[in-house]
Amino acid sequence: MTDITSTSSPDTEASAAVGARQKVIATLAAASAEAVAEKFNALPPQSYELVRQPETGLVMVRGRMGGTGSPFNLGEVTVTRCVVRLETGETGNAYSLGRNKQKALQSAVIDALWQSPAMQDRIETDIIAPLAEAQQGAKETVREETEATKVNFFTMVRGDN
Amino acid sequence: MYVAVKGGEKAIRNAHKLMAKRRRGDTSVPSLTLEQIAQQLSHAVARVMGEGSLYDEMLAALAIKQARGDLIEAAFLMRAYRTTLPRFGYSQPVDTAKMLVERRVSATYKDLPGGQVLGPTFDYSHRLLDFALAAEEDGLEKPVETASPEDASMPRVTDLLGDEGLMEPDPVTDEDAPVGDLTREPLSFPADRDLRLQNLARGDEGFLLALAYSTQRGYGRTHPFAGEIRYGEVEVEFFAEELGFAVTLGAIKVTECQMVNQFKGSAKTAPTFTRGYGLVFGQVERKAMSMAMVDRSMRWQELGEEQSAPAQDVEFVLSHSDNIQATGFVEHLKLPHYVDFQAELDLVRRMRGEWFEKRRQEEEEGDTAREAAE
Repeated sequence: MTDITSTSSPDTEASAAVGARQKVIATLAAASAEAVAEKFNALPPQSYELVRQPETGLVMVRGRMGGTGSPFNLGEVTVTRCVVRLETGETGNAYSLGRNKQKALQSAVIDALWQSPAMQDRIETDIIAPLAEAQQGAKETVREETEATKVNFFTMVRGDN
Repeated sequence: MYVAVKGGEKAIRNAHKLMAKRRRGDTSVPSLTLEQIAQQLSHAVARVMGEGSLYDEMLAALAIKQARGDLIEAAFLMRAYRTTLPRFGYSQPVDTAKMLVERRVSATYKDLPGGQVLGPTFDYSHRLLDFALAAEEDGLEKPVETASPEDASMPRVTDLLGDEGLMEPDPVTDEDAPVGDLTREPLSFPADRDLRLQNLARGDEGFLLALAYSTQRGYGRTHPFAGEIRYGEVEVEFFAEELGFAVTLGAIKVTECQMVNQFKGSAKTAPTFTRGYGLVFGQVERKAMSMAMVDRSMRWQELGEEQSAPAQDVEFVLSHSDNIQATGFVEHLKLPHYVDFQAELDLVRRMRGEWFEKRRQEEEEGDTAREAAE
């Protein structure tokens, strides 16, 4: 009998690893270029090679008819991506909205370092966790400001008064 | 016919230099920064991104500055810029149910799960000029209020009605079915709803507004209700081939409008509400609403309605909604048409010559006839 609560199957481990990596890439993408640069500059100098030069291009954003239906093309966004490889072999990727090539390069290096066992904890603690927390805080502020505008409309029944 | 002309290089160069000087204006007044435009003229930026069909706030801010606030010119600059970039691919469809909602209103339901939030809006204001804005240095006098959000999700209104079977379901095709893309192939007819929505999403706000208004005034009535309008951030996900998984590129702001309309039903389908859909970059509610109304109008054939109005005419609407194309064709009339006009001039001279000759002959004939009678 298989233990369905087990989390140690290779599949779930692999998908958890992908999920963690997705969070790293997403957190760096959502951070400002200044925030990424500040974190990057606090790291010891890294040697890496460029697998793919920072490159700006377009992604066509899709929506769905009515919100849940068939896809359609809404319009494009600018996206900048980059791939680097560390001397120790880890490959780092960056994908982010916008046109900032320095941010893409620095994000790719941080992503590569996050994958190296020697650096992962430090990257997670010093870079990813604080950036994610700041992003969460900013979203929370939006939610709180929005909540203060919550409205209750009343229907006036004609002839009531 | 337009025939190329030569010459005028110096005058053109000088005209452009003069334009740059006029654009800058009085140099004792500080120059606008792109950040100022992006932050403080966000509706202009949204319009340029939408009609330029390219979401990039700082690029749109630059385009607005360069175009001296001419938003169609700015959208034109965006369209021209995008042709210089490679295409990485298509995003996964954005999920507006997961939006970080900044505004959500419904004209059909008072009490919605998740509630209604007004967010930043011009609605309910008296449209009185605020001279305090002209006088003050910094602008923000009062801190905004905050409240603890209830942890409630905000399902789309149309999904709620859908649960009761009162709302027509969204059309669902095979996920791998091709999706029309106007940036790849020029518009052709008949145009399916995917192409129509892409065309409307980048269409001119004024044109769509006028068409939507015409449907309200009786030219192709659809009796719309604003089922829901929501505005906020949605995440854009992209499947990265080299990684083998989807990455989140970041978040963009969009406005979504669900218009709820009447439907008489048919022999096969019971009467249900029908829908028009609007989705646009940025906070552009007027256009999202107009888009949804025009989308619904153009569905007349599918819903077994009669065609009687311009807003229902797919070819008319889609062929004239793009303000970049429209301005190109209208404004090209300013360019030299000397050869063309010379031909017309010759023609009108010849026609006039013939006309006078004919009249002279008729007069002569009249004179001869009169003399003969006498």
